[in-house]
Amino acid sequence: MRIVVAMSGGVDSSVAAALLARQGHDVIGLSMQLYDQREGQPRFGTCCTIDDLHDARRVAAHIGIPHYIVNFERQFSETVISNFVEEYAAGRTPIPCVHCNGDLKFATLVARAEGLGADFVATGHYARVERDGATGRYLLKRGVDAAKDQSYFLFTLDQAQLAHAMFPVGTLDKAAVRRHARELGLQVAEKHESQEICFVPDGDHAAFLERQGAAAAAGAIRDIDGRVIGRHDGVHRFTVGQRKGLGLSSPIPLYVVGIDAVANTVTVGPRAALEQSELTASGVNWIAGVAPAPGARLTARIRHRHREAPATMTGIEGDTVHVRFDEPQSAVAPGQAAVFYDGDVVLGGGWIAKEI
Amino acid sequence: MRIYFDHNATTPPAPEVIDEVTSRLAAEFGNASSIHYFGQRAKAVLDEARSQVAGLIGAEPSEIVFTSGGTEADNFALRGIADVSAGRLHLLASAIEHEAVLNTLKALGRHGCRTTIIPVDQTGIVRPDALAAVLTDETALVSIMHANNEIGTVQPIAELARIAHARGALVHTDAVQSAGKIPVDVKTLGVDLLSLSAHKFNGPKGAGALWIKRGTRLAAILTGGKHERNRRAGTENVPAIAGFGVAARLARAKLASEGARLAALRNRLEEGILARVPGTAVNGAREPRVPNTTNISFEGVEAESLLIALDLEGVAVSTGSACSSGTLEPSHVLRAMGLPTHRTQNSIRMSLGFGNTEAEVDYVVERLAGVVGKLRSLTRAGR
Ligand SMILES: Cc1ncc(COP(=O)(O)O)c(C=O)c1O
Repeated sequence: MRIVVAMSGGVDSSVAAALLARQGHDVIGLSMQLYDQREGQPRFGTCCTIDDLHDARRVAAHIGIPHYIVNFERQFSETVISNFVEEYAAGRTPIPCVHCNGDLKFATLVARAEGLGADFVATGHYARVERDGATGRYLLKRGVDAAKDQSYFLFTLDQAQLAHAMFPVGTLDKAAVRRHARELGLQVAEKHESQEICFVPDGDHAAFLERQGAAAAAGAIRDIDGRVIGRHDGVHRFTVGQRKGLGLSSPIPLYVVGIDAVANTVTVGPRAALEQSELTASGVNWIAGVAPAPGARLTARIRHRHREAPATMTGIEGDTVHVRFDEPQSAVAPGQAAVFYDGDVVLGGGWIAKEI
Repeated sequence: MRIYFDHNATTPPAPEVIDEVTSRLAAEFGNASSIHYFGQRAKAVLDEARSQVAGLIGAEPSEIVFTSGGTEADNFALRGIADVSAGRLHLLASAIEHEAVLNTLKALGRHGCRTTIIPVDQTGIVRPDALAAVLTDETALVSIMHANNEIGTVQPIAELARIAHARGALVHTDAVQSAGKIPVDVKTLGVDLLSLSAHKFNGPKGAGALWIKRGTRLAAILTGGKHERNRRAGTENVPAIAGFGVAARLARAKLASEGARLAALRNRLEEGILARVPGTAVNGAREPRVPNTTNISFEGVEAESLLIALDLEGVAVSTGSACSSGTLEPSHVLRAMGLPTHRTQNSIRMSLGFGNTEAEVDYVVERLAGVVGKLRSLTRAGR
């Protein structure tokens, strides 16, 4: 079977490629070049840099598979970066990794793979795809390693995409992946993993957005009663739940609780004001193609590192759903994803909409 | 089966070259600058190679300076002239030069030289009037490649050199892609400086030369010991240079016969593709062109995918030039010819060489037809 592995140069996708090759598959490594590597400062500690591309190449050579670097700069800029910039400008907090997976790896890359006669595209994600024997549908499940689970970033995948997806490390925990990497003699066995957004390696979103042309328009910071208590220099600098960098002096810690891009206002409040018992998600994708009925019990994750919270689905209109948490949740940030689970199975997910 | 159609990137060394390099590596470890027996032997090897390389281009051996390859030769020519041409600080190069020239020109531009790019016409040729239009009395050097690496077109160097000389400028030509493929004679070309690289005509990598017409003043760019008559410091790579000499001798001996053979193969390939694969066109002037090169665009097919798909079928071709990470960028050559963006991204280069056969050509035409058809059907399916 011919399988294209999306190789980032990290340990997970390297092991994914090596395991598939060891099983005797006809494995082809593809690495995506996502931004211009010739200019600008050296990037560090994040994925898809020139060093990572070279790591991927060395791993491929070591395991004896062909490897190519494909240039997706244009597609990355048109899908992932432009969405990132637009979302911040609209006062939301985007998750570029979801678009990178759904619109790039499992769209553009899959199309390339098909052109190369490949039946599957494999990645190094900690997630699992399984076929439900009864319905014949593909299920997306969380990775076996709960601490590393990346199913949250894959909720946009549909049946056609899952039918050609493989996540070889999804059944392993990270320690086992590193062990495999060492046994296989992969040079990347001890490599650190990236935490930041790959194209913002220094974590300075604001500076990145300004380089992309975000307007740094000053505006008011208001408290939850609407009183102006400070100034900000651009809504793109803020995220719901943020505490640092507000430049306010207050006897109690203040957090960003709302961002209104139209009014160019940032609203702050005490920690309690961040709590919310309900959320609305739009653009929801149900992975098995069917929505649960209102009243259904599920768990919902509202950001990557969030511990999923038990909730009830209270309503559904088209691809918009309403969910009530059993316990109020803190920092429900518009633009982040709400992903719904039934045990280990990802039911689907959507984009957290503005409440107010 | 593996078929190699990328001889403009590099060539396999000829068996005689392999023998020469390995035997010299084993036997001639002396430093050619040493006075003793070992040094004298190494020096003799260099002298022999120098004569052979000079013979390939109709030059005097004393005019040959060995370098680490074509890139260094190009750097040497441009930087070496810029360094000594106080007062005349204008440098010219064509838009389709190799990066070794273009990026050196850019670097010199940052260091105070005035630089101008000479445009090419849509067939990839520098028109004499285009050169005349940008020459000034301050122009120190005009650098125009003899044959282009991507499309193979051959420039009217002799005529261009006359025009440049009339304004007092010196002329450099990068003959890396023409040497060993078509006759290269420094007197006929009428230039002052000429770059060569061994690995483009079945020699070893890491050996090249700059031919410097006697009496031409230019500064060394590698300073140090008094090697190469004080023009290029550094202990000479004797085995590679010896292999370069042998490659030059072989190339010269079979220039006419091999040129005719490759032209016939290349034309068969080109005609085969144009006939078998719809939506194809040859990029650049078909004549004058080096006999081994063709550059073809495939409508609606991403060159990157085509290259990878062909490689998986065992056929090695190339596109544009590769950037640092090895991915493809739109070719600056095709862009300079005014090709629309989509066509610059639809084009691949095939370059033939010594070992290629008619059977290989026919096989590649077949595979291409299949692969292109498949890629197009996927594009049409809206993916
Ligand atoms: C036209 C031209 N000039 C210069 C070079 C550089 O030569 P080398 O690889 O020997 O540095 C090349 C080959 O890549 C070439 O095609």
